Amino acid sequence: MKELVVLSGKGGTGKTSIVASFAALARSKVLCDCDVDAADLHLVLQPIIRENHEFWSGQVAVIDEDKCTQCNLCQELCRFDAIHDFKVDPISCEGCGFCSQICPPEAITMKENMSGRWFIADTRYGPLIHARLGIAQENSGKLVALVRQKARQIAESDDLDYVISDGPPGIGCPVISSLSGVSLALLVTEPTQSGIHDLERVLDLCRHFGVPALVCINKYDINEDNTRKIEDYCLSQGLMAAAKIPFDNVFTESIVKGIPVVENSRDGIAKSIESLWQSISRLLAG
Amino acid sequence: MIISVASGKGGTGKTLVATSLALSLKDTERVQLIDCDVEEPNAHLFLKPVITHSEAVCIPVPKVDDEKCTYCGRCADVCVYHAIAVVPKHVMTFLELCHGCGACSYLCPEKAIAEEGREIGIVESGYSDGVDFAQGKLNVGEALAPPIIRKVKEFANHDGVVIIDVPPGTSCPVVEAVKDSDFCLLVTEPTPFGLNDLVLAVETVKELKIPCGVVINRAGVGDGKVEEYCRRESIPILLTIPLDTEIARLYSNGITLVAGMPMWKSDFVRLFEKIGDIVHERTGRLER
Repeated sequence: MKELVVLSGKGGTGKTSIVASFAALARSKVLCDCDVDAADLHLVLQPIIRENHEFWSGQVAVIDEDKCTQCNLCQELCRFDAIHDFKVDPISCEGCGFCSQICPPEAITMKENMSGRWFIADTRYGPLIHARLGIAQENSGKLVALVRQKARQIAESDDLDYVISDGPPGIGCPVISSLSGVSLALLVTEPTQSGIHDLERVLDLCRHFGVPALVCINKYDINEDNTRKIEDYCLSQGLMAAAKIPFDNVFTESIVKGIPVVENSRDGIAKSIESLWQSISRLLAG
Repeated sequence: MIISVASGKGGTGKTLVATSLALSLKDTERVQLIDCDVEEPNAHLFLKPVITHSEAVCIPVPKVDDEKCTYCGRCADVCVYHAIAVVPKHVMTFLELCHGCGACSYLCPEKAIAEEGREIGIVESGYSDGVDFAQGKLNVGEALAPPIIRKVKEFANHDGVVIIDVPPGTSCPVVEAVKDSDFCLLVTEPTPFGLNDLVLAVETVKELKIPCGVVINRAGVGDGKVEEYCRRESIPILLTIPLDTEIARLYSNGITLVAGMPMWKSDFVRLFEKIGDIVHERTGRLER
């Protein structure tokens, strides 16, 4: 079983559209949405939810007003500026529990926090594991680790070849959690200065965690000079620029229709995504 | 006044809106742009600022004095992040897991734990063509963006207009960037992805009790459901930017919209006036 994650650094480069197309192209796989903050893959894959679980993670401090003597020690010691006027701001609280340890009248307790939900679902392309982090919650990295673990378990028990994950934007906690230990990362970029800048940082991250990567340049024809820069950069880094996909409204139309791009177009776009998937499956096999 | 520019979904045009809004106001206001997308900061590519100040952001992590340590295990018991473990005659620290809460050092009965800074990123400030600038940058391989966001927000000049470029998403980095704003501008695109993530972003700013309005970017693609949603929820649509190859080309070359197409300046000035009206009306109402 091999694990592919699709990342980009910059948001909006087309990760989810490409993963949805791979869902239609790959034969034996589990799909996994590691963007637990703003998940979108389900909008295209239209899953039927089979299991719906609560995600309990971390704690939040609660002050018992009756016991509190207003000594203010908790407020002085809290590094996260989460206590004001003898009340805890649950959004700022990091759940470290320091305040509950030092409160002289023991007025502070730590309360378990339900910070989201995760789902095992069926789609017409196979199983999908996705999640929904609660609004303004922490621990997205842990939730990502959890959905990946469930996806791997299903792939192993059903003897499937691939776990294909849609990654979150950025390079921080949830991205690290999506990336660590995967077989291959596909980096989807676009020929803009922001796209190039963000590609370099996410590639550094792949190297940091020893994950091999290849690149797909989406909307390559919006700026062909920049596309050449990306190709040169890939060459200099020993990276394969495995596909160049032109800008086409069929990406947006497919999102509106709720179907993968490869099923909504039979022309060059579909062909380039198909050959990208072939390159990836060859790399994963080798 | 602090205006944050957020989106839920990435790549909808936050940086485009934030940079052009800042540049459109520089003749009439003292304006500052703070890039809080510390994982992938991009505003500098457009504003090309001169950086005059740079400093490391460190989180305080434990340093155990083996001479004083009695291996009692109190530090490991209080660390909820599992960043410190005690085995017979040895204390192990896993500093990349440490959030810097300070509990281990404070609670050590032998006072054997000091704290030292561990760099996780940098913050920089400077200026660009009439706009004050600051940004944070997370070191590659580090997980914790919020401490850098907190630090770069300390540069905020509260006497002027502060525009905050927010990271995508809805979780802790977004909350850290958006909180304490007077207004949050949500940039979206008229597609099912844009709408799905806009709804999440609206819930986040509501949780923070911050008024918001919407900018629809790449209008003309997709469908009309974002507009329907905004009407239903009484969220004002304050600016609409069409899908336009010239706008995309400028963006791809790191040129701001108002520098490349100056006729847009008046639209951004009007956007700022509308935000001002909403904020003042709200403050008036709260005072009453």
